Amino acid sequence: MFKPHISIRRLNVFYRERHVLKDINVDIPEKRITAIIGPSGCGKTTLLKSLNRLTDLVDGVKVSGDVLVDGLNVFDNGADVTDIRKKMGLIAQMPNPLPMSIYDNIAYGPRIHGVKDGKKLDQVVEHCLQAASLWNEVKERLKDPASKLSVGQQQRLCLARALAVQPECLLCDEPTSALDPISAQYIEMQLLTLKKDYTIVFVTHVLRQARRLADYVIFLYLGELIEHGPAETVFTQPSNPRTRAYIEGVFG
Amino acid sequence: MNKRKLEEAFFKALMLLSTSIVVASLLAVFAVVILKGAPALSLSMLTQTPKGGYYLGKEGGILNAIIGSLYLAIGATALAFLLSLPIALYLNEYAGKSRFASFTRLSLDVLWGIPSIVYGAFAFIIMLYVGARASLLWGIITVTLFVFPIMTRAIDEVMKMSPFKLREASYALGSTRLETALKVMTRQTLPGMLTAILLAFGRGIGDAASVLLTAGYTDSVPRSLFDPVATLPLAVFFQLGTPIPEVQQRAYASGVVLLVLVLLLSIASRLSTRRFMKYVVK
Repeated sequence: MFKPHISIRRLNVFYRERHVLKDINVDIPEKRITAIIGPSGCGKTTLLKSLNRLTDLVDGVKVSGDVLVDGLNVFDNGADVTDIRKKMGLIAQMPNPLPMSIYDNIAYGPRIHGVKDGKKLDQVVEHCLQAASLWNEVKERLKDPASKLSVGQQQRLCLARALAVQPECLLCDEPTSALDPISAQYIEMQLLTLKKDYTIVFVTHVLRQARRLADYVIFLYLGELIEHGPAETVFTQPSNPRTRAYIEGVFG
Repeated sequence: MNKRKLEEAFFKALMLLSTSIVVASLLAVFAVVILKGAPALSLSMLTQTPKGGYYLGKEGGILNAIIGSLYLAIGATALAFLLSLPIALYLNEYAGKSRFASFTRLSLDVLWGIPSIVYGAFAFIIMLYVGARASLLWGIITVTLFVFPIMTRAIDEVMKMSPFKLREASYALGSTRLETALKVMTRQTLPGMLTAILLAFGRGIGDAASVLLTAGYTDSVPRSLFDPVATLPLAVFFQLGTPIPEVQQRAYASGVVLLVLVLLLSIASRLSTRRFMKYVVK
C-alpha cells in the first residue's frame, strides 16, 4: 500500500460566499504521482493551491480544516508559510518565468533561502537545468532573459526553478495544457523520472494523461470528493456512478 | 461608397486631425520660442552667470538658472522617488484591496490635482513658521511635495498592471512579501518606474509657481543647500517681465534651454527604457 505524505482533513474553502471545496478528506501518497481529475470549475486548482497556501493570495478566501505535511498542519497559525512553500514546488498552468535571466530564475530560490556562494549556485543551476533536460539548450546563454525562451522551454525552466529549492513535493497545475505535444511529452517524462524522489500532485482534465502518469487518482466534482484510490482501481472499476460516467466521457 | 466605409473614413480623418493638432502645437511652441530667442542664444548664455542683474541685465548668461534648475529637479526627483517607491510597493504587495489602500490612492489623486502655487504657499507658511529663508533646500522640499503624488500613482499603475502569475511564482518559491516586492516587482516595473521618474522630473523642472516663494532667485550658482537658487522657469518669468526687448529675447532663449533639456532627457530615457525592457515578462 501507499505511504501517505500529505493528509487532508475536513478541508473547506470558500471564496466569499461560494463554497469551492466541500469537506475534503484524503491522503496523498509519498513519492507517487497523484492526479486530481474532474470537470472544469470543480475545485482541482483550489485543492492544489491549498496545499502550499497560495490560496492566501486570493481576496476574500476562507479556509477551514487541516492539511498535514510530515505531520505539521499547513494552516496552523504559527506555521511558517515560506517554509511550507519551499517544501512544495509549483508548476503553474502557464509558464511564469521571473523578469530576470535564465540563470537568475533558477538561482532566485536558493538565494532567498540563503545560498550566497557563487560556485554552489552555479552547481545548483546546472544540476536543476539538467534535471529538467534544458541544460543543453541554454548552457551557452544563461544570461539571456528567460522570457526569450519558447513556451515549452519556459515550462521546463519553471520545473528546474522549482527543483532548485529542494522541495519534497511538486504541485503541477495542468502543466502541459499550454504546451505543444513534444514539450508536453518532455514534461511528462520528467515527472515520471522525478517521482522516485518527489511526491507529485498533478491537476489535469485530460483523462488520457492521468492514465499515463497517475499512481493514485482523486476525482472531484462540484467541490466534492467523489472518489479516490489507486489509479487502476479508479480507472477500471470505479465504485461511484459519477466517476464511471466521467471516465467513460458521458460528461466532461 | 457605402455608409460603413464613409463612417470609417470620416472618423479616421477626425482622429488624424486631433493628432495633427497635438504635433502642430508642439512644433509651433518650438518655432516661436526659437525664433524669438535666437538673437540672444549664444555660448555665453550657457556658460556665464548674469551680469548687471537678472532683471535688467543684458550681458552674461543663465548658467545660474541652468545649474539651479538641475540641482532642484534632480534633488526633488530623487527625494520623491524615495517616498514613492515604498508607497507603491506597500499599496501593491501589502495593502491588497483594503479600504486603506483605496483611500491612499484617492488622497494621492487629490494631491496630484492641487495647483503648484498652493504647494508653494503652503511651504512658504511653514518656512515663515520655522524662520527659514528661501533656499535650494526648501525649493527641493516644495517640488518634492508637488511631484511625488504623480510619481507614486504612475509607479502604482505599472505595478497594478504587472501579471499576477509573477507574484504567484515568487511566493511559490517561498519568498516573503519584501523579497517579492524588491527582487521581482521592481525588476518587472523598472521601465515603468523610469517613465514615472521622467514625468516627475519634467513637472519639477518646468514649474515656476512652486519655487517662486520657496527657492528665491540669485545671480550666482548656489554653493550649499541653504543658498537661494535660480531656476529656468523663473528666469523666463523675470526676463519676460522687463520692458527691455533684449532682455525679453533672453527670456525666450532661456525657454529654448529648458525645452532642449527636457527633450534630451526624454530621448535618453526612451533609449534606456529599451535596455531595461530586456528582462520584463509580458
